Amino acid sequence: MEKDFIIRTKNVDFYYGAFRALSDITMDFEKNKVTALIGPSGCGKSTLLRLLNRMNDLIDGTRVEGEILFEGRNIYAPDVDPVEIRQRIGMVFQKPNPFPKSIYNNITYAPKLAGIRESGEIEALVEESLKQAVLWDEVKDILTKSAMTLSGGQQQRLCIARALAMKPDVILMDEPTSALDPISTAKIEELIDTLKKHYTIIIVTHNMQQAARISEYTGFFYLGKVIEFNVTEKIFTNPDVKQTEDYITGRFG
Amino acid sequence: MSAMKIRKNILTLHAKEIAIRNLFGFFAFLSVLLLGLILLFLFREGLPLFKKISLADFLFGTAWYPTYEPPEYGIWPLIVGSLAVTFFASLIAVPLGLLSAVYIAEIAPTRIKEILKSIIELLAGLPSVVLGFFGMVIVGPWLQETFDLPTGLNIMNASVMLAIMAIPTISSLSEDALYAVPREFKEASYALGATKYETIIRVIIPAALSGVSTAVILGMARAIGETMVVLMVAGGAAAIPEGIFDAVRPMTASIAAEMGEAPFRSGHYHALFATGIVLFVITLAFNLIADYISNRFRETGSGTL
Repeated sequence: MEKDFIIRTKNVDFYYGAFRALSDITMDFEKNKVTALIGPSGCGKSTLLRLLNRMNDLIDGTRVEGEILFEGRNIYAPDVDPVEIRQRIGMVFQKPNPFPKSIYNNITYAPKLAGIRESGEIEALVEESLKQAVLWDEVKDILTKSAMTLSGGQQQRLCIARALAMKPDVILMDEPTSALDPISTAKIEELIDTLKKHYTIIIVTHNMQQAARISEYTGFFYLGKVIEFNVTEKIFTNPDVKQTEDYITGRFG
Repeated sequence: MSAMKIRKNILTLHAKEIAIRNLFGFFAFLSVLLLGLILLFLFREGLPLFKKISLADFLFGTAWYPTYEPPEYGIWPLIVGSLAVTFFASLIAVPLGLLSAVYIAEIAPTRIKEILKSIIELLAGLPSVVLGFFGMVIVGPWLQETFDLPTGLNIMNASVMLAIMAIPTISSLSEDALYAVPREFKEASYALGATKYETIIRVIIPAALSGVSTAVILGMARAIGETMVVLMVAGGAAAIPEGIFDAVRPMTASIAAEMGEAPFRSGHYHALFATGIVLFVITLAFNLIADYISNRFRETGSGTL
């Protein structure tokens, strides 16, 4: 069966000023799968993730070369609006970052920006998103409370629900569990497993067990290059490259 | 021998610590003490007025004729004058201060940001008498000719000058508040498909709201307490104004202008001090409100905004 790749990067180089943070990244991300990006700190995995929804545009003095195709269209083409790209490709950050607004208003943020005004539709969306993020039962009675009163794990699931509410195709996750306790982490991992039926998930993680547990594909990054990119099982049991093996077995990193 | 020496050193060290601590404590309490004494003095000189007239007659009396026989000490026109110039000054200064703060904190390129910041700081350092002079010889005649008025020294003129004084306060404090909004909020907003302006309006300003409100109130407090400008350009008429081109005599201007001529411990003298008490209470209220607002949302963010 022909594989359906939703995002493809072609020979992508990325510079912070004169510093080359990524070189020659060519990867294909399959639709409705979980792809994990692993590697030591500073290897460029988060940078790549932030390139995929043009978040790096917000940093001054950066430059992209090569192509990143989302559904066949280069998202760095001059006629592409980054806002539209970010509506289709959601993001969850390392540190839970709900807005200092009510739980309800956190979820409705993106739909309202997208112009959804009808209150029935918005309410249904809030419930649906929170249910998808397995947070509904915990917060359904406190929707008007500030999101800041939730625990860290709940806040992170709220951030996932907030991203889901804009009905994206892809969800990028930048070490979403690194600030959370093991129980919250397990909940998020379970959640990722259910979400992949409807969404493509690309996740950066420092935790190799996590990558092994949740992903179908894993890319190993080192010094701004993709060292090895393959199905997760292969990477973790029989990698082709010595460096990958060394990293996975904990010999460096 | 050497053990004794060390012991002695420790002792002198300890004594030094205590001395330094007490010295700092003394200066810290000195300012509090001075403030207390000023207050005491203010009340001692102001309160005797109320042996002659009631508080209500003083606050709401509409005639301020302190040198007539019999004198009348109604400061309502002065209060209205102060509030009017402060209100219209805020009407000008709040939008300008806020917009410049937003521009500096979020929109301007680094170079322009630096230039603007130093200009606004310069504005804050402008002596009020210079500003008053400008209002008197430039803005006053211009207003008079343009709007065909009997005098260009009026509420309008004073409000513009006070606004110029309040803008730096509002702008730089608001800018600090906007700048302090965590980058995470902004990133979250952009990642949800918001544009820069949507992010500013829906996330950054609400998150900075407590700091911004504090800035606004402190800017207004600055305007209501300002003396020299209103003394020079407000026109000095102790009558309740009917429009923004009427002359007024704000409380501060009245105190400054009349204190030199009021006989010591006369009714007029006590009335001016009592006016000072009113002014003190108003500015204190402004500061308390600012303090309350800035503390209120600190812990849980801006709640349900």
